[in-house]
Amino acid sequence: MSMTAPKRASNLFVGSPIERLEDLRFLTGRGQYVDDLAAENMLHAAILRSSVAHGRIRGVDSSAARARPGVHAVITAADIGKVPTIPLRHDPTPAIRRFEQPVIAHGKVRYVGEPIAVVLAESAALAEDALEAIAVDIEALPVVADRELARKNEIILFETVGTNVPDTITAVRGKADDAAFNSAPYRRREHFSVQRHAAVPMEPRGLLAEWDAQKERITVRGACKVPFTNRRALAQMMNLPEASVRMVEYDVGGGFGARGEFYPEDFLIPFAARLLGRPVKWTEDRRENLTALNHARDMECDLEIACARDGTLIALRAHACTDIGAYVRTNGATASRNIAQVLAGPYRIPHVRVDVSLVITNKTPVGTYRGPGRFESDFCRERLFDMAAADLGIDRVEFRRRNLIREADMPYALPKVQVLDIASECDSGDYQITLDRCLAEFKWAERAKLDGELIGGRHHGIAVGCYLEGGGTGPRENVRLAVEADGSISLFVGSSSVGQGVETVFAQIAADALEVPMERINRVLHGSTDYVAQGYGSFSSRSIVMGGNAIMDAAQKLRTLIREAAAKRLQCQANDIVIDRGMAVGPAPARAAIALKEFAGLCADGTFASDKRTYSYGAHAAYVAVDAKTGHVELIDYVAVEDVGRIVNPLTLHGQCIGAVVQGLGGAFLEHFIYDENGQLLTGSFADYLMPTASDFPQIRAVALEDKPSPLNPMGAKGAGEGGIIPVGGVVANAVAAALGSLGVEPRDLPLSPPRLWQMIQAARATGAAR
Amino acid sequence: MPIEFEVNRKRVEVEVEPRMTLADCLRHHLRLTGTHVGCEHGVCGACTVLVDGAAVRSCLMLAVQAEGAKVVTVEGLSRDEGLTPLQASFRKHHALQCGFCTPGMITTAHALLSEEPNCDADRVREVLSGNLCRCTGYISIVEAVLDARTAYQRAGGGGNGA
Repeated sequence: MSMTAPKRASNLFVGSPIERLEDLRFLTGRGQYVDDLAAENMLHAAILRSSVAHGRIRGVDSSAARARPGVHAVITAADIGKVPTIPLRHDPTPAIRRFEQPVIAHGKVRYVGEPIAVVLAESAALAEDALEAIAVDIEALPVVADRELARKNEIILFETVGTNVPDTITAVRGKADDAAFNSAPYRRREHFSVQRHAAVPMEPRGLLAEWDAQKERITVRGACKVPFTNRRALAQMMNLPEASVRMVEYDVGGGFGARGEFYPEDFLIPFAARLLGRPVKWTEDRRENLTALNHARDMECDLEIACARDGTLIALRAHACTDIGAYVRTNGATASRNIAQVLAGPYRIPHVRVDVSLVITNKTPVGTYRGPGRFESDFCRERLFDMAAADLGIDRVEFRRRNLIREADMPYALPKVQVLDIASECDSGDYQITLDRCLAEFKWAERAKLDGELIGGRHHGIAVGCYLEGGGTGPRENVRLAVEADGSISLFVGSSSVGQGVETVFAQIAADALEVPMERINRVLHGSTDYVAQGYGSFSSRSIVMGGNAIMDAAQKLRTLIREAAAKRLQCQANDIVIDRGMAVGPAPARAAIALKEFAGLCADGTFASDKRTYSYGAHAAYVAVDAKTGHVELIDYVAVEDVGRIVNPLTLHGQCIGAVVQGLGGAFLEHFIYDENGQLLTGSFADYLMPTASDFPQIRAVALEDKPSPLNPMGAKGAGEGGIIPVGGVVANAVAAALGSLGVEPRDLPLSPPRLWQMIQAARATGAAR
Repeated sequence: MPIEFEVNRKRVEVEVEPRMTLADCLRHHLRLTGTHVGCEHGVCGACTVLVDGAAVRSCLMLAVQAEGAKVVTVEGLSRDEGLTPLQASFRKHHALQCGFCTPGMITTAHALLSEEPNCDADRVREVLSGNLCRCTGYISIVEAVLDARTAYQRAGGGGNGA
């Protein structure tokens, strides 16, 4: 198999900042999101959710609700019969599977927001009105609202299982045992935590399900991210063949890991449509969304490193504990697994052992959020590195430079995840280049003079950190390219859109690979289960690596078919045919040209399979000014540099990076799902759950490189989209620590919201930590 | 109850429940689905429309309150073919990704530039800070709006830049 990148000379579109095709409909109000749909004769669903965090359901009386005008049915667990649980999509160890979520609460409720009943009515308003008429009798049980209480196993959420700790995931490289630490000249151990926050895409979820009684077939509109996986899950739960389940993707208002996973509603709404024989539509409101959509990031970590006197890392060990909420959802263990594997980051550490214990609490279940486990890991590791560098009297930049994985070390094996038997290795790269570029763009040397200075009443500080982004997750992606009657090309792909611009970047790749003008790629049809026999979707920075390389494969095959067909007509050899500007051109001297439309009907299936991940990487730097009187942090400058192997569209890549950085800043400074001791969410609206706004972080710069293409795929792509968020928490916390060094403030917990930072400053003053 | 108002320069008569929001009326009665509903509590700004020229959250306004008003949605700020200068600027600066907040950004920016075609970056950020975007990080949106000012300046304000 050839792994060399195609000649750039023929690339007119890949690498160019092409304006997006999607924008034309989005900017004019012609996008079509799932709540924009309506079906004849459709009913509307509203979901009654538990207001109790932990309790035993003694009874649900929906008779009064059923009697309400316009109400057609109320569905509870009793109407479903044997209540299915939602299968894990990732990391399905037997231990973890014991905590799968039932699609509707039965017997017990375990978090505020858990579905108890579904009302079907003539309008959404009537359905919502009827919710209050459902009488739910719940015997409240003591609540497990934090990790510490969970680990005591005094209050048990799943009595039949008997523990609140589903599993401990361990990753190992070398031997990070007591001997390694005891013999080390320097060691430091610290405790860190990252708060619960989440993806929170702007579009609330919705579904429109239609049951075709004659064909015994269900169509679910509003699918995204992994429609094929969800088709399999739904088919099993509804006892239908997969071929009888159609998942249709429309425009999707943001995903960031959370949207598109299989949630209880993904069963309940299709089930209701079949039961009632009418189309059923459901759209969540924001209040539901904030308790129903996956939460993320909630972890603490006891981390220890051992170094030589010159800062060379010898060993890293950690015990992290993740609060995964009340159930293990489809990818509820993924962030935990990632923490185990990437806590050591892009650094050469001979001995690593990371244990991550997952605990169950009475909170919304978690799932992946952009850079899952990586954001948390980087915060802990980069904080500890700055503390260690200061202890050792080594420059922070030098400490990192000395320990970064070198190009000569590639491929570099990451710690192996033991139970799941997941091995992975960094494929290629020169991590010094991105660090150097970041420092240069940031003007590090100049700004280092301001580090820790009190200027105009505010404390100034800078920091830099390095990271890895895992991309290109397998196993495969499939593509079909077809020549249409008008000579245009249709592209069908199993990748999904979550708003990242796949239609544009895939059209760029296909146009170059087929050597046709981009407008010839008439339609990019993605996501829906109608388009390819099997698709794998969009997550884990995989769309360009997997979908893009599958397009390359399909294009190669389609070109061969076109050349063979043209050769037959022109009575020459296929090798003599060239495809140029949308024409098949025969050999000299005649150079007879046949328009592509003459080949209408030809189509080619392409695929790309890989069991090895690609690793993008980079460095970020931040410059902050902290007002010690208020705890407010101004981000004066932020620079992000990444190497993604191959840049398809610099415009959209830049947008992905800046957007991800700002999300990360939200996680570092603002966003926090706060629960009280009764398991009630206190920040359940946009007035309480603060996300970044246009005036918060106006100065962010991003540079993307393609110096080191991946050797693992023909395009050399490594994936992008998550990298921007991964190092943010660690970098800004280190900048704040640098700024407040004179006060002895060492942030160990996110978020660094003004009141929390102010309290840290007060605490440091009270203990006389100032130096 | 019956209400009558103007939407995108066309008179409409609709029968709505008194409790129906303007957003739901536009989306589900009039099928103007360009106006998006992101939070239903007036924070995210995705549902912003122009009511008698002012940027208004249509999730916080009842449809019946629109009686006799002139309402303009993102569809009304669009042409049949091609993009307006403001929309083209958004596209050029990649000021949108998933597109969900975009209609609210367009209507808000249009109201601002119509009133203040010479506004500076701080003013743009201040006004846009009432609209949440989860994809872009805002920087490109601010650049797009600043870049679109010339179209509104040429038009002497008043909204022909759209």
